[in-house]
Amino acid sequence: MARMKFLCDAERCIECNGCVTACKQEHEVPWGVNRRRVVTINDGVPGERSISVACMHCSDAPCMAVCPVDCFYRTEQGVVLHDKDLCIGCGYCFYACPFGAPQFPQAGVFGLRGKMDKCTFCAGGPEKDGSPEEFVKYGRNRLSEGKLPACAEMCSTKALLGGDGDVIADIYRHRVMKRGAKGAEVWGWGAAYGKPEGKPEGKPAAQPAAGAKS
Amino acid sequence: MSARSVVLRVAAMATLGACAVVLGGCGESSQVVRYQQGKYQGKTDGKPWDNEPSPFSAAGLSKGDRVAWETQIKTRNQNQNEYQRTE
Repeated sequence: MARMKFLCDAERCIECNGCVTACKQEHEVPWGVNRRRVVTINDGVPGERSISVACMHCSDAPCMAVCPVDCFYRTEQGVVLHDKDLCIGCGYCFYACPFGAPQFPQAGVFGLRGKMDKCTFCAGGPEKDGSPEEFVKYGRNRLSEGKLPACAEMCSTKALLGGDGDVIADIYRHRVMKRGAKGAEVWGWGAAYGKPEGKPEGKPAAQPAAGAKS
Repeated sequence: MSARSVVLRVAAMATLGACAVVLGGCGESSQVVRYQQGKYQGKTDGKPWDNEPSPFSAAGLSKGDRVAWETQIKTRNQNQNEYQRTE
């Protein structure tokens, strides 16, 4: 099995924030901490794009490189996790991360800047898998239950894919081939899901009869 | 001790002092910190398949059964591909 990765399809993301909600609910993430969020470029302008962002579980993670107490580790599945018992909440990882993944709760033993919290790919942390201790510190461990991250599995449009990097790359590649690569001007439902067989491009679906109630 | 030898001795000491000051810079060590990859200092984490199945676990998992766990993950990976259901 290859490394676990997230992949967000900007053509499909409809900015519903279902992934954010799923994450919040699954891990009971405290107020002020956003392990995942949806970023929209050119919001409100035709052609806008949204993308769901969280820890990307980098293969050469800058957070791991800068951590002064070496509290980060990478699992066999390529998930970047950290030990909150060791974290001193210094915030170096926050500066190093290009995605803004590390979050700092507003309450805790370090006062205003608590121990770092981030997306765990629903893989918990260095506590007994599925234990209450693990849940309190890191949230649910879905991976040990044979499940993928809640955000990806909950995504209604399947814009957010999560799992084995090779497999989700194949899924995405197949999807793009189905769409037909036409360039950046392609936007909307047809681009995201492909056009039905035999239907000419740009022709709207059957119109309801005049006077018909919707 | 003659005046000449005193002058020579002072000149020698002054030369040595000047050399010490001038060459002192050559012995300066580098101020640039070299990065060294650290090692994880925290607790060890278990394998995701090395647990007793909980009521929330996917069906068919058992403690230590890596193959069953990987099969479950692969199935769920493919569940994200809706083309598998429509084609």
